[in-house]
Amino acid sequence: MIRLHNYTLSGSCYKVRLLLGFLEIQHELVAVDFFPGQEHKSVEFSAINPLQQIPVLDDGNLRLRDAQAILAYLARRYDTGRTWLPDDPARFGQVMMWLGFAGTELMAASAARLHDAFGFDLDIDRARSDAHAAFAVLDDHLAERQILGQTWLVGDTPTIADVACFPYVALSGDGGIGQEHYPNLRIWQKAFRRLPRFDAVSGVPEFV
Amino acid sequence: MTITSDSVALNQWFPVAYDGQVKPGASRDTILLGEPLTLRADASGDLTVQTQTGDTLPTIRAFTLVFTTLGDNPRPMPVIQEFDEPDRRVVNCGSVGVQTSPCRIVENFLDMAHFCFVHTDILGAVDETEVLSYKTRLHEDVDEIWATDCKFFQPAASQSARDASAGQLTDYIYRITSPFSVMLYKTAMGYADRLDAICLFIQPKTETDCIAYMPMALLDDVSSTTSMIDFQQTIFLQDRIILENQRPRLLPISPRSEMPTRADLSSVAYRRWLKDKGLRFGLLLEDAA
Ligand SMILES: N[C@@H](CCC(=O)N[C@@H](CS)C(=O)NCC(=O)O)C(=O)O
Ligand SMILES: [Fe+2]
Repeated sequence: MIRLHNYTLSGSCYKVRLLLGFLEIQHELVAVDFFPGQEHKSVEFSAINPLQQIPVLDDGNLRLRDAQAILAYLARRYDTGRTWLPDDPARFGQVMMWLGFAGTELMAASAARLHDAFGFDLDIDRARSDAHAAFAVLDDHLAERQILGQTWLVGDTPTIADVACFPYVALSGDGGIGQEHYPNLRIWQKAFRRLPRFDAVSGVPEFV
Repeated sequence: MTITSDSVALNQWFPVAYDGQVKPGASRDTILLGEPLTLRADASGDLTVQTQTGDTLPTIRAFTLVFTTLGDNPRPMPVIQEFDEPDRRVVNCGSVGVQTSPCRIVENFLDMAHFCFVHTDILGAVDETEVLSYKTRLHEDVDEIWATDCKFFQPAASQSARDASAGQLTDYIYRITSPFSVMLYKTAMGYADRLDAICLFIQPKTETDCIAYMPMALLDDVSSTTSMIDFQQTIFLQDRIILENQRPRLLPISPRSEMPTRADLSSVAYRRWLKDKGLRFGLLLEDAA
């Protein structure tokens, strides 16, 4: 059985839980006391992931860290329809591009949330302005997509690019990042919420 | 930012850290009522709390938290005996930042009517929204407001209840233990005559920027500590988004501003009690304007 080392309120773990749900993959959650226990920094957890981060996924003898890598693996291995990670080289490349964005630039929104909600000590002004810069890039891209009559980041169906980008956009209010200036982000989030088997997490606003 | 001049607010004990938050040998800056403080942990993890001018403030360690006060004559700490009962699981849920008035956080905690809409499928169900009538009373000996005989239908009242059944009528007792702290007792799964105890202590950094701490003393031999924390944090982060969107951020206290219903009985009692004490911190006093 697939095991996800998980903390419910982690946006990165939420990415993986969303795809497990969309693909209806049986799994088991292994609870990690990320806050306040900081279990991810323990000696035991360092043996599971030397980067001391969640999520980590175990499937048989395979162990993967990094939400984006996990999404790519799950899609390749279990998505028989091959829509969540398209085979077409151009679309595949675009999906990978947005996965990279989700794991780097967009993580500024995660930092702001860790600061505001959990009291992490970091440069909050910097985190918020970096998050706004990332949101502007995503919003511009979605504007172009919507002009073409498209809803999703890549192609004409939802992909793991959307799954990877959704959590920290939807949870941005938790970090004091407003979305008044990103109308296209809001349309995209609404569409995402309507996907079958979508599941919210605390902090995802109802009105999205 | 300056320290408040509100003597009611100054003369309270406030949490400034949870156990283990400041690692041995480390320090952490924080703010209480507008006053910047530095917390320093010695080699064994015990905290010293100092103001910027180097004054050392008194501390009390209780309920998995470290408390301090800026007043000369603070209101006594509440007595919560459940934390001393040997068969209880005492759980430290860490802390959560919330940008609103401390009084709004207390009031939200008292309000059963929001369970169905904010904690849907956990603390409330959309088709069972009725708040049955309950009693509120001022216990003059300890100067606490108690709300008793509260009952509410809950699909998953706690981590252990979630695992055990499809829902239950949960009994609640609320205790307002200070202007900035509140707790509840609720039905514990598998115990007929004892109740779980869940507290909410607030550290107001400013009038509209707080840190909330939620220590619990639960009767549960089954759930892991991590899952009990997860349950409580999931609930509180649902509240947080509602709280941070309430306007004005200060709690309006004129009797005109929000019409009380029966479900709001405890909040009416709380507001009156705050008014009688002469508290201003965290409140929007409309009559005085
Ligand atoms: N690149 C990783 C980063 C995940 C991540 O930042 N996880 C957070 C929790 S949401 C974490 O474990 N942080 C601990 C740390 O980085 O020290 C991924 O995308 O999965
Ligand atoms: Fe709530």
